[in-house]
Amino acid sequence: MTQTLSGKDIAAKLETQFPGSILESSEAGILVNSQTLVKLAAYLKTASGFELDYLNYVTAVDYYDYFELVYLFTSLKHNHSLVVKTRCYGRENLTVPSLVSLYRGADYQEREINDLLGIKFEGHPNLRPIFLWEGFEGHPLRKDFLA
Amino acid sequence: MEIDTTQKYLYTDKDWEQAEGATIETLRKLSQQPIPDPDKWLDEEIARSTLLTTVDAVVDWARSSSLWPVLSFPACCAFEFIATAASRFDISRFGMEIIRASPRQADLMITAGTLTWKMAPQIKRIYEQMAEPKWVIAMGACGISGGIFASSYSVVPGYNRIVPVDVYVPGCPPRPEALLYGIKMLQKKIGKRSSIEG
Amino acid sequence: MTLKTEPFVLNIGPAHPSTHGVCRLKARLDGEVITDLECVFGYLHRGIEKLAEERTYTGIIPLTDRLDYLAAMSNNLAYCLSVEKLAGITVPERAHYLRVIMAELQRIASHLIAVGAFLNDCGAFMTPILYMLREREKILDLFEMASGQRLTYNYMRIGGVSQDVPEEFLPALTKFVDEMPAHIDEYDRLLAENEILLARAKGVGILPAELAVNISAGGPVLRASGVRWDIRKADPYTIYDRFQFDIPTGTVGDCYDRYRVRVLEMRQSIRILKQALEQIPAGPSRSAVPQLVRPPAGEAYARIEAPKGELGFYLVSDTSIAPYRCHIRAPSLINLTALRDMIVGWKIADAIIIFGSIDICMGEVDR
Repeated sequence: MTQTLSGKDIAAKLETQFPGSILESSEAGILVNSQTLVKLAAYLKTASGFELDYLNYVTAVDYYDYFELVYLFTSLKHNHSLVVKTRCYGRENLTVPSLVSLYRGADYQEREINDLLGIKFEGHPNLRPIFLWEGFEGHPLRKDFLA
Repeated sequence: MEIDTTQKYLYTDKDWEQAEGATIETLRKLSQQPIPDPDKWLDEEIARSTLLTTVDAVVDWARSSSLWPVLSFPACCAFEFIATAASRFDISRFGMEIIRASPRQADLMITAGTLTWKMAPQIKRIYEQMAEPKWVIAMGACGISGGIFASSYSVVPGYNRIVPVDVYVPGCPPRPEALLYGIKMLQKKIGKRSSIEG
Repeated sequence: MTLKTEPFVLNIGPAHPSTHGVCRLKARLDGEVITDLECVFGYLHRGIEKLAEERTYTGIIPLTDRLDYLAAMSNNLAYCLSVEKLAGITVPERAHYLRVIMAELQRIASHLIAVGAFLNDCGAFMTPILYMLREREKILDLFEMASGQRLTYNYMRIGGVSQDVPEEFLPALTKFVDEMPAHIDEYDRLLAENEILLARAKGVGILPAELAVNISAGGPVLRASGVRWDIRKADPYTIYDRFQFDIPTGTVGDCYDRYRVRVLEMRQSIRILKQALEQIPAGPSRSAVPQLVRPPAGEAYARIEAPKGELGFYLVSDTSIAPYRCHIRAPSLINLTALRDMIVGWKIADAIIIFGSIDICMGEVDR
């Protein structure tokens, strides 16, 4: 069975490596500061004991006050996984660093989040609309989008 | 051979996408009402009983017996259409031997899938490239009215917003037998058509 | 004397005989050789994730059928597992076995179309796919016996399956399982060492293992590149830990390996079906679940090994009758990430078969 790494166990270790990065931690996963996301992901990808080299998915949820991005990483070698979340506050001009440089699988998924929810990813090489056409107004998956 | 990189394209990717988006938005604004179904033949039922020449009858028989569908497979109904074309529910026994990829060589469009606004200009283009006489069968719930996706922001509520439809085959997806029945209906309709053409 | 030429942009699709669904491939060519490729989708974007927020949990099951319409049972299963994980609902034994039987039959049906369409693209115009469709019709008859539908079944429910199978089902399934290996042998005899297939598919469109892991590929695409990762073994869901089966892997990651892995997976699915037929108990096929399911607030992600890769549903609940957010982790979209790497340098005809060998379904890519 794929073991889900508990956020509580690893939070202390990650906090010493990257101070100020872990905002919350629970059994289910960790919530990180979006500025430190790329460094943390780079560390988790190669550090022994983690080696989380497979990104399962990137998704985002609209919680009215903030947007929460959810990442699930898995290690194919050790067969464990970790949920990492980050938030961006507000409704306009939202930016989050992109993980495409580390995990190319995030490419289309980040473009999808940009298209349907309006969150920009810094460092993404090709952030153009993927499902909707040029000239479509609004971001459909937002809670305040009425068809 | 050397590639000449000093020559620029006529347009960049961004221009191309904006042109595509503009086409989609104009088509969307123009397609707010469904196109009326071509059903003049219903009124002409009485005129039909006089003078049906044998030449017309032969031409109608030939047209209805060898309808060639154009290849247009957006979504799930496509696989029921492929199953109809396969060996169990063979449509070639009804004359639709070949599914033509080129619209110029086809005379029937079976709309096998949900139509989105992004795809709508392409379907219209395929329909316009088909030579007269041509017919359209709206297959499946998505073809008739948008189906289960009708309330979505990007789905066209029925193919009859974009092209005039002759026969509607309900189902989600319609069974191959249902599609064959729809094709028989269309063949009957073609048989009645020439009396109004004059 | 050198000839100066211009790069030529060729637009393959969206309506094209070989693109598996509506997908536009913008290729930049130098003669016949492709120098750059971009994949444009969205032609089947129906907004399923948004529609899911307006429907009840049970009402989303028909929507999930239409995602990967060639493997509708798998989609239903992944979604139901996700809701059951969120709400803490247990499923009776017989329902587990029925789910596994349906999922494995669906895997065989989906791989038959994948292999048939791949050979169609290679140039064997209609013959292999008509043979595969003949077998698939037998599987569709079994599905019609169980659920009443041929393509979009709506069979799984939260807490089990919608109805128990009729009494003719298990004998018919036994008959199918006994005959199918002979048919797969027939395909192997015609295709496995076929000169033309080897010439067209061996060494073409190679996806190296590190790149496959980096792009989060899954399913036969990942396994053909040599990575032994199958969710049925690594993170077993329902009762897959009770069955014995192997995971076929390839070595190189070219089109031939992907084709070979699919054929071998069909054989392993038959093995699982035989074991399930021996072990299936009697009992209820669905646990008592209220009409309108209201899971407690929280989130859950459940995934399965769908025929195309890892299919998962991420659900967020806010205790109402509809989910707050339903995200679908679509394997076909993510498997397409490395398309450019696989195709650049090959000719147009190779591009079509490389695209076909990844085996995507646009309903899933665009959702």
